Amino acid sequence: MLELAGIEKRFGSVHALRGVDFVLAPGEVHALLGENGAGKSTLMHVAYGLVRPDAGEIRVDGVRRRITTPRVARALGIGMVHQHFTSVPALTVAENVALSAGWPAAPREMRERTRVVSERMGLPLDPDQRAGRLSVSLKQRLEIVKALAGDARMLLLDEPTGVLAPPEAELLLQMVRSFTAAGGSAVLITHKLDEALLTADRVTVLRQGAVTFAGPVAGQTVESLAYAMIGGDPGVPLTGRTAVRKSEPRSSRESIRLDALDVPRESGYGIALRHGSLSVRAAEIVGVAAVEGNGQRELLRAVAGRIAPLRGKLQVAQPVGFIPEDRTSEGLIPALSLTENVVLGLGDEGPWIHGGRIDWREAAARTAELIRDFEIKAPGPGARAAELSGGNQQKLVVARELSRIPAVIIAENPTRGLDISATAAIHGRLRSAAAAGAAVLFYSADLDEVLYLADRVIVLTRGMISEAPPGASRSEIGVMMLRAEKEA
Amino acid sequence: MKALGWAVAAVTLGLAVLFAGLKGAGFDAEAGLGALWLGAFGSWDAFTSSTLVRAVPLILIGLGISVAFRGGALNIGAEGQFYAGAIAATWVGLHLAGQPAPIAIGALLLAAAIAGLCWVAVPDWLKLRFGVIEVISTLLLNFVAVSLVSFMVQGPLQERGRIYPQSEAIAETARLPLLPGSRLHAGFVLAVAGGLVLWFLFAKTLWGFRLRVVGMGPRAAEVSGRIDSQRVSAMALLLSGAIAGLAGGVEVSGVSYALFQNLSPGYGFTGIAVALLGGLHPLGVVIAGILFGALEAGAGAMQRDAGVPAVAVYVVEAVVIIVVLLATVPRGGWTGLRAVVRKRIAPGRAAG
Repeated sequence: MLELAGIEKRFGSVHALRGVDFVLAPGEVHALLGENGAGKSTLMHVAYGLVRPDAGEIRVDGVRRRITTPRVARALGIGMVHQHFTSVPALTVAENVALSAGWPAAPREMRERTRVVSERMGLPLDPDQRAGRLSVSLKQRLEIVKALAGDARMLLLDEPTGVLAPPEAELLLQMVRSFTAAGGSAVLITHKLDEALLTADRVTVLRQGAVTFAGPVAGQTVESLAYAMIGGDPGVPLTGRTAVRKSEPRSSRESIRLDALDVPRESGYGIALRHGSLSVRAAEIVGVAAVEGNGQRELLRAVAGRIAPLRGKLQVAQPVGFIPEDRTSEGLIPALSLTENVVLGLGDEGPWIHGGRIDWREAAARTAELIRDFEIKAPGPGARAAELSGGNQQKLVVARELSRIPAVIIAENPTRGLDISATAAIHGRLRSAAAAGAAVLFYSADLDEVLYLADRVIVLTRGMISEAPPGASRSEIGVMMLRAEKEA
Repeated sequence: MKALGWAVAAVTLGLAVLFAGLKGAGFDAEAGLGALWLGAFGSWDAFTSSTLVRAVPLILIGLGISVAFRGGALNIGAEGQFYAGAIAATWVGLHLAGQPAPIAIGALLLAAAIAGLCWVAVPDWLKLRFGVIEVISTLLLNFVAVSLVSFMVQGPLQERGRIYPQSEAIAETARLPLLPGSRLHAGFVLAVAGGLVLWFLFAKTLWGFRLRVVGMGPRAAEVSGRIDSQRVSAMALLLSGAIAGLAGGVEVSGVSYALFQNLSPGYGFTGIAVALLGGLHPLGVVIAGILFGALEAGAGAMQRDAGVPAVAVYVVEAVVIIVVLLATVPRGGWTGLRAVVRKRIAPGRAAG
């Protein structure tokens, strides 16, 4: 039995866990649900000794413990399967298992023990195969065998089915069930509601670091869980908007047009956006609602000209302003001055470029204007971007991109991590840019923000675009975001 | 300005450590440092014929390395590129008898630069195509270049008598003009002019700005600046190889007039220290190059006149490098270098 009580964790300005209570009872499968960034992984990392909580306590079988490292966690019978593979590709299966379980490196013994563990669990693996040569599903199996090899009684699985095809996922969930039937217990982190409903005995839902639901699965539906995950606290979102606007198009001019567009996955192989068709008019704000990793990033970056589509038609009015998700690694270079960051973004479009030469005085004067117009709190255009607060850094990115007078604005999570006033300022800027004729296409992990800002909402599930009907409520959109996963 | 303060502090500390070390080892440290000073700056002749002559290859290589480092490419192979340039320069220089000097010198230097560029093109291609880290590939090619020189001076380029492992002297017309009354050649003008040109490019042009941006934040350069970071880095590496190759040509055309083994006493490596001490700033590199040239020039005098082993000056060079790295890298002033290093060390970033 694993009990986490009042767990608090802050990462800088982000309040990742807000006094979370969580109990894993013996013999149960406990689903831990939440959107990306809700704090699911962080909570499990606390239990596994990877993250030290700021406050709260952990009890294992009723005894208070300080779990400072994964080694301590394993000694207490806790095993974890991480979201990303953690095996050493150049080592064999047996060597990886031994490395993780802390077995002595005697080749024959390693092989034998690996075989025993994997077959006992019904997860046969060739001990001599190199981990790097395993298929994705066998790699996942190796991760589980590694977690169990230390005689774990409590298994923490972080989105274990994310990389698996449906029949393999089915097999994995069966294995989890038989593990708990034999007396073990398991936490299943997922954002697939159907999986939770089918496999789990109990469920805990996190939203923005706080528990919004905890209880038995019985009686819950996809809708009720989606509401807990996404709908959160009804009535107190930042705006009060609870449904898609019913608005008339303000212009007939089309600024973005996609026809049967396929876009590759940014991370490498595969297709992120399938056969995407979409039209965005001038002066219109279209919001994208999607669970992380459903192709929204690739859709936005393809329109912004940052990813080349595989096939299909894509027409985008120029110039395009692009506000990338990560301002400190993609939007700005923190070590450079504000002027230099503005020069960086505008490239040879900058009015201070004269035949390949940069007129730094002109660029600084223009940056000073942006600082004033956008009410950026900064010592001056020569200050380094690192000296600014997150909100002011983001304002600088927005100011730079809007200074092109873009026909199209693409924004990824434009207000992530910002306080209320900076958020309001950026929303205001995007609104007035749209009023001036720009087409805005944006994504936000926060559904409230999507509803607040957007004239129209599209939902992306597994790379498929669907349009949310005008007047659709927050929980209806939540169901749309998660439903396709059930069908697939 | 801060960088300048650190550079001065580094050199001062380096000399202090040398002084203490010599004392501790029982040498006459005062006499040693005195000889070092006199050998480097003691007379017009010492300054021009010793210090500045040694500074020329250091400045040129330092400039080349600055280009690479600014662009996020860690070129550790300047030694090899220098030798590639020297081989090409010698070969061309041997076939230029009877050509007018401007043509002969121009052809020789051009050949040297192209050879340096070709030498670094191999690691560049390996990096683009297979993701081979250029730190390793450029470094390893140094050994190949050294062996190639040995082969050349005992084979195709060996002098007619076939006795000494060195080449025939290059044509008179292919030699750089000297400052009257000294051994200082026109390569010094070339090095300083190179510094000025690079300074202009870095400080005033979009091209130079993009190079720096790619070194400091390749992701931001791509996403916000729409710059092809890989391509810019690759270009920076090529240009840096060309400049190091040019340094080899200048050395043959201005100093040695022939190819032999150990033509470079490690200029390609000292050049890295010069680039770092100069803060990757072209004018800083010129000054740092003269300073290191003075150390190398003074080292000989120190051994000759005070009986202190010449290698003792490497203590100064080492202290300078350590202080400069400690002072600047963790403070973020050298984000480019740091980002590059972090990028290399960060796991799981397979080359694509």
